[in-house]
Amino acid sequence: MSETATEKGADRPMVHAEQVHKNFGALKVLRGITLNVDRGEVLCMVGPSGSGKSTFLRCINHLETVNAGRLYVDGVLVGYSEKHGRLYELAPREAARQRRDIGMVFQHFNLFPHRTAMENIVEAPVQVKKMKKAAAVAKARDLLAQVGLSEKANAYPAQLSGGQQQRVAIARALAMDPKLMLFDEPTSALDPELVGEVLDVMKQLAKAGMTMVVVTHEMGFAREVADQLVFMDSGVVVEAGNPREILANPQHERTKAFLSKVL
Amino acid sequence: MTSTTTVSDPELIEAVPLRHTGRWIAATIVLILVGLFIYGAATNDAFDWSTYGKYLFDKRISQAAVVTLELTVLAMLLGIVLGVVLAVMRLSPNPVLRSTAWVYLWIFRGTPVYVQLVFWGLFTSIYRQVDIGIPFAVRLADFNLQGIDAAFTFAVIGLGLNEAAYMAEIVRAGISSVGEGQTEASVALGMTWSQTMRRTVLPQAMRVIIPPTGNEVISMLKTTSLVTAVPLTTDLYSKARDISGANFRPIPLLLVAATWYLFFTSILMIGQYYLEKRFARGSSRTLTNRQLQALADAQVESMESQEKR
Repeated sequence: MSETATEKGADRPMVHAEQVHKNFGALKVLRGITLNVDRGEVLCMVGPSGSGKSTFLRCINHLETVNAGRLYVDGVLVGYSEKHGRLYELAPREAARQRRDIGMVFQHFNLFPHRTAMENIVEAPVQVKKMKKAAAVAKARDLLAQVGLSEKANAYPAQLSGGQQQRVAIARALAMDPKLMLFDEPTSALDPELVGEVLDVMKQLAKAGMTMVVVTHEMGFAREVADQLVFMDSGVVVEAGNPREILANPQHERTKAFLSKVL
Repeated sequence: MTSTTTVSDPELIEAVPLRHTGRWIAATIVLILVGLFIYGAATNDAFDWSTYGKYLFDKRISQAAVVTLELTVLAMLLGIVLGVVLAVMRLSPNPVLRSTAWVYLWIFRGTPVYVQLVFWGLFTSIYRQVDIGIPFAVRLADFNLQGIDAAFTFAVIGLGLNEAAYMAEIVRAGISSVGEGQTEASVALGMTWSQTMRRTVLPQAMRVIIPPTGNEVISMLKTTSLVTAVPLTTDLYSKARDISGANFRPIPLLLVAATWYLFFTSILMIGQYYLEKRFARGSSRTLTNRQLQALADAQVESMESQEKR
């Protein structure tokens, strides 16, 4: 993997975004996002819907292609390779390799409905990493225990509650040993009483030192777990910093207006 | 309101069941009509049941039935493989592939299969030989088409290419029915396009693809009777016509052919049932009896433990 001179060293940030722009046709969704996520750090992104939080998250694992600026994950440019000052689009196989060690959790879980919880979790390690089936199953058992669903190994997603499905989805992402986890509104589709069980798993993950980028509306979670809070509005970062400070004492008018509605 | 928990079940309701008089009358009328029809068929000389019995397991007929089966299987295989290719082409971002597939569908769905079969029968008078090599430059090999007895081959090609057009639409509908989130989840796990297709999209698309494909197989079995247009004369229907042409008893021989067709379609319907069941895995929240029993046991257990406290 090629590394640029400025991005060397183990203390480089896990995610480094420089003036990232993203357009959908004429619509400018991201208008120059610059931020860093350090190793082991939990970054929470909040903001009104349509502010570009999810789009930025999807850019990090190249589900969306960046139109301008640079985005690095672990020092490697996302979605392009840079040679002699020119950018080349990545071949699909290369892009797939980049995504391997970035876990993603979706708002609507997106579990594979035709596979059991166990089969969902072993799918990628066996198919993508060519791991031995037995080893993958053993690992999946550990992960199911970690998210508190050992007894649901043979249940199909349709037989699980939303909270249980989301916990399986987290286990599925963790099975690839990701160095970075992306959460796209992981609790937004859940009944209120089920939100807690998913947040608990995420807290436990954060405590274990996982680098996480979380798009969320759970301000309590952001206050308690996040190391960095980013408030986004219409495609720009309005305010970023310590979550307790921002939530208690927002500096920007737009942040104040938003927080007064959700807190 | 009392909140005493008792382990004993409440007394179940035992009501007098409703009498369905209308149902009984309708059923009686239908049964009488069916009985009259069977009596009529059994006593009508035109059906000639003794000839029917003589030819039902005639060697020529059973050999012809095998030819019909071979035609069905081979034409369906060709149709499914080519249909999947066409469906993927129609969903491809490449505009040339997309429009080629569209034109193919336009022609093969837009003309009758009988006409197509006649055309394939005339194929050898349009193309006398096939050359393999680089066009206008190198010639590696050539096949003289008129030298081979190709009626069976052309029947399979004719039926298969026609079927491919229909299969393409069935497969395309199946692929489109799988949500975008499924592709996204697979891609986010680092799966390639072909892995995503094979492991995530197609298995789920199968649930939508299997039932109409089962119908297509059954329909194909019956459509093979049109290969007389090629002309191929060794299939079930042609052979039955051949025999009746010699013994002047068309009605019992048509019944013989119909019996064989019905026998095969019945077997196919059973196969379709099990295939559909296999691919419906995970599609329903309905619990199996074993799962329900496990839940009921857990319920009893928790109630008993509450009782003790």
